[in-house]
Amino acid sequence: MYNKLTSEDIKKLIEIVGEENVITGESISADYAHDELGTVKKMPDVLVRVTKTEEISKIMALAWERVIPVTVRGSGTGLVGAAVPVCGGILLETTKMNKILELDSDNLTVTVQPGVLLMELAAFVEENDFLYPPDPGEKSATIGGNISTNAGGMRAVKYGVTRDYVRALTVVMPNGEIVKLGAKVAKNSSGYSLKDLVVGSEGTLCIITEAVLDIIPLPKISLSLLVPFKDMKSAIEAVPKIFRSKVTPTAIEYMSRDTILFAEDYLGKKFPDKKNEAYILLTFDGNTETQVNEDMNTVAQLCLEIGAVDVYIVDTEERKKAVWSARGAFLEAIKASTTEMDECDVVVPVNKIDEFIRFTHKLAEQTGVRIPSFGHAGDGNLHIYICRDKLSDAEWEKVLEECFDKMYKKAEELGGLVSGEHGIGYAKKGYLKNQLGDLPINVMKGIKKVFDEKNILNPEKVCF
Amino acid sequence: MKILVCIKQVPGSTNVEVDPNTGVLKRDGIQSKMNPYDLYAIETALNLTEKFGGTVDVITMGPPQAKSVIEEAICMGAKGGTVLSDRKFAGADVLATAYTVSQGIKKTGDFDIIICGKQTTDGDTAQVGAEVAEFLNLPNVANVLSVKDISDGKMVVTASQDDKVAEMSIKLPCLISVDGDINTPRLPSYKVKKGITDDMIKFLSFDDFDDQNVNNYGLSGSATNVERIFPPEKNNEKHSIEGTPQQQADELYNLIRRIKLV
Repeated sequence: MYNKLTSEDIKKLIEIVGEENVITGESISADYAHDELGTVKKMPDVLVRVTKTEEISKIMALAWERVIPVTVRGSGTGLVGAAVPVCGGILLETTKMNKILELDSDNLTVTVQPGVLLMELAAFVEENDFLYPPDPGEKSATIGGNISTNAGGMRAVKYGVTRDYVRALTVVMPNGEIVKLGAKVAKNSSGYSLKDLVVGSEGTLCIITEAVLDIIPLPKISLSLLVPFKDMKSAIEAVPKIFRSKVTPTAIEYMSRDTILFAEDYLGKKFPDKKNEAYILLTFDGNTETQVNEDMNTVAQLCLEIGAVDVYIVDTEERKKAVWSARGAFLEAIKASTTEMDECDVVVPVNKIDEFIRFTHKLAEQTGVRIPSFGHAGDGNLHIYICRDKLSDAEWEKVLEECFDKMYKKAEELGGLVSGEHGIGYAKKGYLKNQLGDLPINVMKGIKKVFDEKNILNPEKVCF
Repeated sequence: MKILVCIKQVPGSTNVEVDPNTGVLKRDGIQSKMNPYDLYAIETALNLTEKFGGTVDVITMGPPQAKSVIEEAICMGAKGGTVLSDRKFAGADVLATAYTVSQGIKKTGDFDIIICGKQTTDGDTAQVGAEVAEFLNLPNVANVLSVKDISDGKMVVTASQDDKVAEMSIKLPCLISVDGDINTPRLPSYKVKKGITDDMIKFLSFDDFDDQNVNNYGLSGSATNVERIFPPEKNNEKHSIEGTPQQQADELYNLIRRIKLV
């Protein structure tokens, strides 16, 4: 179906990007065969590091003509194998396209290349007194990757997700043509929003080479509350009640004592409080101390009334660091606590989180495996990890299948979806198919065909 | 056992202007917080009372709004606190500060252990603890990493001495300054904050002190004068290492050895 790369193709790639940016054979690090989770593995035939839109355009024109598969990779922090070149071919790495091109304080936008890291963008705009609101946990992910998965993050409760902040994209189509989608405008009713279709398409439709993103003035005051509860049920049940109080926190995260202990081990740092079974962590931001304090007081008082053990104030940089650094390390900490793990990133209606978490606890009891979790209590997006520990290959495969089947089924039953923010990639496409059924999947395949008739861009992903 | 912790309100940010005439930090209109090093001192004190029984009190010197750091300490578990506040104390250097604090402590009560943070994030002198001990004629250990035991009127501590750790026995009453990062300070409790009453916080001024010589306090009691304060230069230098994983690892190792991190 696909052509194999020839020495002539390699020569052409070298002509486009230079010899130092074309890596073949054993010189390619084994890391390029997998992403952060590592369950999907396949080496590319050639790794090409690009620096310009025009280079990508030429590479795609070559790949289109020769019918060679191309997979785009940023930092490789994905969790569903979306950036793994499962059909081999060219792996196109965008991390050298890491320039912040423009800060437009008149239109409140920042224009970036796709290889800029989330943490670099966040620091840059904050230095200029702005905020790029999407705040996914993995700060070393690239913006290109964030857009491709429509990454969410912790501030989604108040500010929404990546898609809400993408105004315009420059993309290279699979045949090498360069197209601009969207514009630096605040409103847009100009036909189908192709830009929004590209956001979350996981590198299957075209290659993002430049993005214009919305920013907002940096809120002057921000503080968090760490609220301990006697058990997870009471912690999670507090969330809809907080919403009912009409205060909108910036973030509401939940965490269990177990996960906190993993993070302590992993970071070698003690968490400020771990006497209780379950915690919710809330953040409030705004422009005046009075307003933020008012919101904080309303929620603190409410939490105490509905049975919180206490309410701890996380107000200084040091305190925020002590609490949020642990929160930021949960994924790595759980990973370090076991031999192998796989994850489930379902999203359910906020008032169903408690039921879903209780279901995972029961599942852990039934199957005998550890299933720690943490996540975004404020938006219903849960991160649930199945830990292999000492299971044999056969036992692991069996247990994984059983747990995933049951969890995705339960999420569907509760009105939820397969992925909240990590995407479908390669690992979750079976579950997407199961949930959506033939018609939506066929529409997705049709869209893919319009963009990429030869199916050379990130094949075998999402809806295939 | 009665423990007193010395705390200070400091600017919430490092970008603080200095008054060109007096060399004193301009604190008006700037958000403030408790000196982060003092949090380790409070946590150490609370851990000791949890283990050996007793109470923790705090003391601070500053304008009346410094009351908020006392409230914060109470929210962490202190019983109460004292603010030493008087216009006559303004502009004090380390010597005048330490003298004022020692006068205040004499009026606050008898304590078995006085604990200070290593230094403040505004002055950064790390001298007030030792000087308070001197004025109160108390034995003193600085850079304390842990308190191993308290028995028979003595306390056994470990203290950092740059290239080694010393274990020392110190007679009570005493003053120790604890190092940074030796524990994870607990968070202030909103529940406790709601229960704070006025009688938990005491104010003392010049008129309450034994020494009524005004020249021993504030700017006039200071032996030193700050000419200029400025934040340290920021270093944004980046160095990227290329090559095979082996070459990168070798170069990284040599680099961190060269700058003496290992």
